[in-house]
Amino acid sequence: MKALIVDDSRAMRLIIGKILTEIGFEIIEAKDGAEAMKYFDGTGQVDLALVDWNLPNMNGLELITYIRSNPLNNDICVIMCTSETEKSRVTDALSAGANEYVMKPFTRDVMLAKLELLGMVRS
Amino acid sequence: MINGTSSPLLSVDFDYVRQMMFDYSSVVLEAGKEYLVEARLLSIVQEREMNSLGELVEALRKKSSNKLRQEVVEAMLTNETSFFRDVKPFESIREFVLPDLISKRSAERTLNIWCAACSGGQEIYSFLMLIKEYFPILEGWKLKVIASDLSLRMLEKAKRGIYSQLEVNRGLPAAYLVKYFEKVGLEWEIHENFRKSIEFLSVNLGSSWPALPVMDLILMRNVMIYFDVKTKKRVLNQAAELMNSDGYLFLGGVESTINLADQFEIVSWKQSSCYRPNRV
Ligand SMILES: C[S@@+](CC[C@H](N)C(=O)[O-])C[C@H]1O[C@@H](n2cnc3c(N)ncnc32)[C@H](O)[C@@H]1O
Repeated sequence: MKALIVDDSRAMRLIIGKILTEIGFEIIEAKDGAEAMKYFDGTGQVDLALVDWNLPNMNGLELITYIRSNPLNNDICVIMCTSETEKSRVTDALSAGANEYVMKPFTRDVMLAKLELLGMVRS
Repeated sequence: MINGTSSPLLSVDFDYVRQMMFDYSSVVLEAGKEYLVEARLLSIVQEREMNSLGELVEALRKKSSNKLRQEVVEAMLTNETSFFRDVKPFESIREFVLPDLISKRSAERTLNIWCAACSGGQEIYSFLMLIKEYFPILEGWKLKVIASDLSLRMLEKAKRGIYSQLEVNRGLPAAYLVKYFEKVGLEWEIHENFRKSIEFLSVNLGSSWPALPVMDLILMRNVMIYFDVKTKKRVLNQAAELMNSDGYLFLGGVESTINLADQFEIVSWKQSSCYRPNRV
């Protein structure tokens, strides 16, 4: 299984990458929305995408909207992973097509529990 | 660090705390868990402006205050929990247990549910959210939902239904967060109708239980692990007595009734198991 981590912070990409590698994901990284777009051409390049909200060039919400605009991407699980914590933000992300929402800062357990909810990891 | 708190716990003091935990909570503190006592009681030592753990244990020995004892017992309990913990048991409740109970109780339209070590409430609220999402049919039923714990502090938290960001992040589907919680400052509060549908009780599973209704479903997860075999047997037998014979008991992932209470039959559903007191 392949996971794409879209975050402009290298440290954050490393943290998330480490958790996902431990449970068997292959990691791809992108540092902004525009760079991430090419992985969502509908050819199944990734199974899971972790998307930060505030990104240079195309923000996370726009990226998720773009991903969901192509029905061939329907099977991709998308988690918005951000320091935005207002309820309206969570609602907006879900409406745009995010499957889950992780608020920063988070722990390894939080990430694993979300993946378990999505059926992407065995407890 | 204040004076003396770094000095090691004397073994007589450790033994005192161990015995007290066993007497008041049935929880077994194994040898070698001195570090746990130190870690969990340090804040009490500091709050009470005592000089050392030894001084705290001395105060306990004098039995001057039940409040202090209660505080120490509660501080020693492990309250670890999360929303939809382990996921699978909730899937089996949704796909199998509740549909079965609903069909069997369709005449009485009554269900009695007990969450027997509810900690901060995440487990029972998860259950109620699941009902809200998937079993609108139960809205016309009489549901008795009891949540209990030994720890008054945890019961208070469960009653308030207010959770930190980290707590709602952990195991709670984001869709339920926006549907069933409101953000209050930095925390999240579950809607009042959930809180109002639960009766909260303080129950020590290790001693005699208050009069409770006959149960259709008992969640008693991740609490028996702290008990010795004798207590486990007693607790399971009491649970069996309290249940309808076609009711269901859920235990934690590493707990079971095997070799403890043989009247239970194991019911497996996908990757999780629950237990039915199959008395004839
Ligand atoms: C690890 S938590 C489990 C919470 C929840 N059931 C779960 O599975 O996530 C254990 C809980 O059992 C409670 N507990 C410990 N000893 C108890 C006793 N003798 N009677 C009732 N509750 C007890 C603790 O206060 C704590 O809240």
